[in-house]
Amino acid sequence: MLTILFDGVAYGMLLFVLACGLSVTLGLMNFINLAHGAFAMAGGYCTVILVNRIGVPFALGLPIAFVATAALGGLFERTLYVHVYRRSHLDQVLFTIGLVFMSVAAVDYVMGSSQQFVLIPQALQGQFIVFGVGMSKYRLLIILICGLLTVALQLIIAKTRFGSRLRAAVDDQRVARGLGINVGAVFAVTFAFGSGLAGLGGALGAEILGLDPTFPLKYLIYFLIVVTVGGTTSITGPFLASILLGIADVAGKYYVPKLGAFVIYTIMIVVLIWRPQGLFARTTAR
Amino acid sequence: MVPIAADVSAYLARRARWSPLEIAFWIFAFATIWLFPSKHLILTETAILALFAVSLDLILGYAGIISLGQAAFFGLAGYFSGLVAKYGIINEPVIALVFSGLVAAALGFVTSFLVLRGSDLTRLMVTLGVALMLGELANRFSNITGGADGLQGVAIAPVLGLFRFDLFGHTGYVYCLIVLFVSFVIARRIVYSPFGLSLRSLKGNPLRAAAIGIPVDRRLVAIYTVAAGFAGLAGALLTQTTAFCSLDVLSFERSADLLLVLIIGGTGYLYGGLIGAVIYKFLQDWIASLTPQYWQFWIGFVLVAIVLVGRERIEEWGRVTRAFIMRLGARMFARPTAAPDRP
Amino acid sequence: MPILETIGLEKRFGGIVAAHDVSLAIEKGARHALIGPNGAGKTTVINLLTGVLKPTAGTIMLDGRDITTLAPYRRVRLGMARTFQINQLFADLTPLESIGLAVSEQLGCGGDWWRLLGSKSAVTGAIAEIIERFRLADVMHERTAILPYGKQRLLEIALAFACRPHVLLLDEPAAGVPEAERHELLATIAALPDEVTVLLIEHDMDLVFSFADRISVLVNGGLLVEGSPEDVARDPRVKSVYLGEELDA
Repeated sequence: MLTILFDGVAYGMLLFVLACGLSVTLGLMNFINLAHGAFAMAGGYCTVILVNRIGVPFALGLPIAFVATAALGGLFERTLYVHVYRRSHLDQVLFTIGLVFMSVAAVDYVMGSSQQFVLIPQALQGQFIVFGVGMSKYRLLIILICGLLTVALQLIIAKTRFGSRLRAAVDDQRVARGLGINVGAVFAVTFAFGSGLAGLGGALGAEILGLDPTFPLKYLIYFLIVVTVGGTTSITGPFLASILLGIADVAGKYYVPKLGAFVIYTIMIVVLIWRPQGLFARTTAR
Repeated sequence: MVPIAADVSAYLARRARWSPLEIAFWIFAFATIWLFPSKHLILTETAILALFAVSLDLILGYAGIISLGQAAFFGLAGYFSGLVAKYGIINEPVIALVFSGLVAAALGFVTSFLVLRGSDLTRLMVTLGVALMLGELANRFSNITGGADGLQGVAIAPVLGLFRFDLFGHTGYVYCLIVLFVSFVIARRIVYSPFGLSLRSLKGNPLRAAAIGIPVDRRLVAIYTVAAGFAGLAGALLTQTTAFCSLDVLSFERSADLLLVLIIGGTGYLYGGLIGAVIYKFLQDWIASLTPQYWQFWIGFVLVAIVLVGRERIEEWGRVTRAFIMRLGARMFARPTAAPDRP
Repeated sequence: MPILETIGLEKRFGGIVAAHDVSLAIEKGARHALIGPNGAGKTTVINLLTGVLKPTAGTIMLDGRDITTLAPYRRVRLGMARTFQINQLFADLTPLESIGLAVSEQLGCGGDWWRLLGSKSAVTGAIAEIIERFRLADVMHERTAILPYGKQRLLEIALAFACRPHVLLLDEPAAGVPEAERHELLATIAALPDEVTVLLIEHDMDLVFSFADRISVLVNGGLLVEGSPEDVARDPRVKSVYLGEELDA
């Protein structure tokens, strides 16, 4: 059972790294970016190409995936997304669905539709047995990296000037602008960073979540659930939500295989009925 | 009676009257039965898609509910109609159709409470979640649904015991067209009724709607249920005309494509779904002949393009075109102005 | 028995007390004004009365019936309607359609889905009557969004009136109305039928003193004074609230 807990936590932290960019985007610009998963996919495929085909070491492949996806995110943001910020939610939904469709088809065309596997270095294969609990080395790495990232994120948001500008802009965009904060720049940087994180998550997660062109659509609902349950006003909200969902999903699929997938859907619906603004969100109305 | 009352009465009666353009549209629609006898299969798909789109227009265009999960009702009814035919529970297609619609409406009623509260994102999530859940259910219980292979062994009895479904889709098309027309007439009635107008009001300003006594939640539940029923009719029609049902009836792509269909045609005037379905099918036919595998890419492209160009601009073009055609039509069908109807 | 009564009405937002111990008793047919400096809580009181806000304490009685927990739309059906300080209209509908909606709801046929709007003579008659009364005949087919502000304000009141209320709550009806269109608005308000009880929130003292037969003064969420216009005008506390503000500013 502890293995399940361990796996669930690893899965959850991975989900968090994948989804936190979406949460911040939604909270900051009130923008529903359904194409978020496409950046994760991009990071995954980037790593696959680097590590499998070119032979770049895994340890290098991850940060490159982050940087490349962040750059891609920044590019898309400045050229495409910026035109759609002020539009209605319906327009945003249509736009980002369009982007997802395009990216899924494009990746299918270029890379083929089969599942891709990242060649994990020997050192990370296998598991440790600690007190009788089996812990896969790879998942341990995930927990480590994602944990560090979470701490770093929290520090950036809480302690840096950029972080306080970000928090101000999330809280009230108009006032932030009035204070002289360049909200557009904050958003560009945040969007790029969030996409980069998604890309890193995609690269890390290829082993666990699987990587194929349908990734953005398959996992869309998971990201949305994290954001809905966790709320968009903090980092800790989505973090706790991801852990909760990760454990629930893994445990559900293990103990009740026939209906395991429904556990998260049920959680989603229950939370949406009980607390529409998210389990962990602040209660101030937006 | 106050002199304005006659004016008010006449105006309200006039706006709900079937315009010559509408009548021409439906005459032409039924004429396609004889005009394009070799195209009945694709026309059937178009009619089904049109009905499906009308169901989305009712909740999106009129009540303002963004839904990414209309496929849930489409698919549920699709499987229901297939199963009742396969196991001989309901043999006559029209009766099965009605029951399938009711089943879908029931699901709509039950899930409607989830879309009442919450923001656009919440509604998106809930509708998407319900559709995905059903998809997952259908996948899991593949012993009933046939899973990824689809529902096999479905045989549909002749309509009303008289009209057998044929290989060329003739019976199927006439059947679908009639169902589409009847459903459309009902939807049109709803839209021009006080109920329909109240939907438009609570889409625009739910606070004020409540402040003039409109029970907002009740109206939303009602239209969501009705729209689910219509989507169910479309889904059942698909199963009945193809004698087959598979998992893609519940897929995200189906709901997303439906959004595109409605957006192409325009929301909020009911004909948008019909026009959008025709354009979509044309596009699909054309693009599929060019690049059969990457149809999804071009769908995505069209979506992005539409949003970047601006829906309002496109709707403005649509409005201008419609007004132009109406003026043409008025001149062609010129007749003396009718006396104002007595109230 | 007063037609509208509040007993110890209170509203807290966390630590902020927006209204406390507000007790009003308004007689049928009264023309009651609620005045007070900005931020005194007047709109909060209206929101509490109409059910947009839930009170932290206190009761609201409409025509002898406890409506404290009723949903807003139910209160409308029991005979209480309101206007909003900032126009809340249906931008894409025409005045005719908007009023038609309110009238249909009030006549109980708002939920009819099988009938065409306008097929009932009672409905069209009522629509016509209200359009006449509120002088909207010349704009009744225009989209609300493009109407001049004065007409929009008239429509705002017309919508509330179309609900055939026993009690009409007007939240700063003259706010923002340009001088040229003011006269029409004030005349319309003055011509409201005697059976309708009116509770008016206003800053425009000319309107208040010419219209109201009773005035309540709200300051910092609490009722300071209540009485006839002459009494209130003479009351030193009222003067200090208004003048005192000016001195501080």
